[in-house]
Amino acid sequence: MNTQAIASHDSVEASTRSNGASGKASYGRLKTPGVDTTHGAILYLESISVVFDGFRALNDLSIDIGVGELRCIIGPNGAGKTTMMDVITGKTKPTSGTAFFGQNIDLTKMHEAQIADVGIGRKFQRPTVFENHTVFENLELAMKTNKGVKSTLFARLNSTDRDKIAATLDLLRLMGEHKRPAGLLSHGQKQWLEIGMLLMQEPLLLLLDEPVAGMTDAETERTGELLNDLRGKHSLMVVEHDMDFVNQISQGGKVTVLCEGSVLAEGTMQQVQADQRVIEVYLGR
Amino acid sequence: MNVATMAPSATMSLSSAPTALYSPKAWAAIALVVVVFACLPAFNLLFPAGHPLHVSSFAIGLIGKFICYAMAALALDLVWGYTGILSLGHGLFFALGGYAHGMYLMRAGKASADIVPDFMTFLSWKTYPWFWSFTEHFWYAMFLMLAIPGLLAFLFGYFAFRSRIKGVYFSIITQALTFAAMLLFFRNETGFGGNNGFTDFKKILGFDITSANTRAVLYWVSLAALLGALVLGRAITQSKLGRILTAIRDSESRLRFLGYEPLGFKLFIWTLSAMLCAVAGALYVPQVGIINPGEMSTENSIEMVIWVATGGRGTLIGPIIGAGTINGLKTWFTSVFPEFWLYALGLIFVLVTIFLPQGIVGLVRKLSQRKGQTA
Repeated sequence: MNTQAIASHDSVEASTRSNGASGKASYGRLKTPGVDTTHGAILYLESISVVFDGFRALNDLSIDIGVGELRCIIGPNGAGKTTMMDVITGKTKPTSGTAFFGQNIDLTKMHEAQIADVGIGRKFQRPTVFENHTVFENLELAMKTNKGVKSTLFARLNSTDRDKIAATLDLLRLMGEHKRPAGLLSHGQKQWLEIGMLLMQEPLLLLLDEPVAGMTDAETERTGELLNDLRGKHSLMVVEHDMDFVNQISQGGKVTVLCEGSVLAEGTMQQVQADQRVIEVYLGR
Repeated sequence: MNVATMAPSATMSLSSAPTALYSPKAWAAIALVVVVFACLPAFNLLFPAGHPLHVSSFAIGLIGKFICYAMAALALDLVWGYTGILSLGHGLFFALGGYAHGMYLMRAGKASADIVPDFMTFLSWKTYPWFWSFTEHFWYAMFLMLAIPGLLAFLFGYFAFRSRIKGVYFSIITQALTFAAMLLFFRNETGFGGNNGFTDFKKILGFDITSANTRAVLYWVSLAALLGALVLGRAITQSKLGRILTAIRDSESRLRFLGYEPLGFKLFIWTLSAMLCAVAGALYVPQVGIINPGEMSTENSIEMVIWVATGGRGTLIGPIIGAGTINGLKTWFTSVFPEFWLYALGLIFVLVTIFLPQGIVGLVRKLSQRKGQTA
């Protein structure tokens, strides 16, 4: 047994020496317990197809999102934007294809709560906050912590938690509203609260489905500022119809155009807007 | 009486520590009500019949029964009012608790615990079947009283909630379960006395079950159990878990996307509710002196739902008030126009649904708010 240990020790040394000799990158890495993003991408979708009763909602869709990227997804109605989000968050299982979070977490094998737990937060098209809970309680429920039955029964907020909630309230500009039931907030405030709830989960990737739908111009502007604050801290995927808003937040970043369940074009907003096929299906109508 | 404290987290601020279970004022109100109700059996014992302060034994028996009903309603409200799971089968858990206690009571009254009751003699069973083993011991019967309904609720809940059966489908299945259990208990061969059930109890823990003293103690134990259930319910609904339960009621899918798996939470409250209901049933049986499969009838379970709706679901005081009000009305109505009670009950339910969606507690809240605004 002793000799075995020595032998394995020797081989480890040998391998490090050989690595040192080449002086370049090694393929051996420590296995991280969480999401592994060493290749620089947080989300890989590879030839995803979703078929509902013969209708192909997603057709061989492949997309990847980089760490810290703010990616805008546009596309006409029925292009499969919401279905794509459903696949990523586990609400819909793909008929074929693979969906990976980082390069080690297979999303197709997990249910919604597990996916939320590994760090993907989703904002729905319609604001869905807990209307009977106060703004504060909404954020408290969303906070990243042990979400089992026993620990929630005896959970008490400590001062760090309160500070976290206060910081989020500040960011959302909802400090004065924290005791109000969320159902009494304005439409825009509810949307922000929901973004705040996502932030409390400390997600690595945020999915936002039409975050400015139904907002006033001032609220839209403010939402743009909020998303730009988050750029770099989180990876974001924003599905949106409002072109001015996409222009405001994309800031030269990549925009992906979906059409009939697959990627039609990808590039900066200017490139996409100049693309003849995109003009045909979407922009030029 | 504690309308102010019912408003969720009205006192919460970012800097303050979590608030106490009840405000001092609400504690005082609860204590006052408990003391008043606790005095009634004492008045029954201390003052002879005919004395102006005498409370009749009939009244004690009646109120003791209502207390058990109130506890069952409270248990039902934890799953319906707070978690949004409408059960039309809580009568089953109530009856199972009653049957478990009844098994002990049947044997405690006999000269020897091995003498089989008449219904077994008629089946020509000479000894107790295996599932009656050890039921001559009070504490084992109490264990069964909690374990059987708890286990049944857990297994049933696990499969139903795991399959994401919700809303009216869940309600119908609970109703079917109760009905199936009733048919099972109606059979003589099941070994629980068929349609006569258990009756003719004589002794409990060596005391004469019909004596005024024993009845007073049973009443006090029921009152204490109800108070315990109220405080437990309050502690749960005030905790973070309580806020998750109401979040399940309001938007279960949102909660999933926040990283909570609702299955465990639903199972917890569902099983707890079934066990509380069983305790209520176990306290009910020695006070009324009978348990039969009629307790599992669908009407009983639906009536429980009406108690909760009338009192105010989503509150803890509401079901208690509702159970008292409806049963008080029932007692009066069935003595005056017995044939029309079910019509009256249906009418009450319709009226409450249309005009008092938040029940009596909601009405009181609304009135006190209006008063606050005009003042």
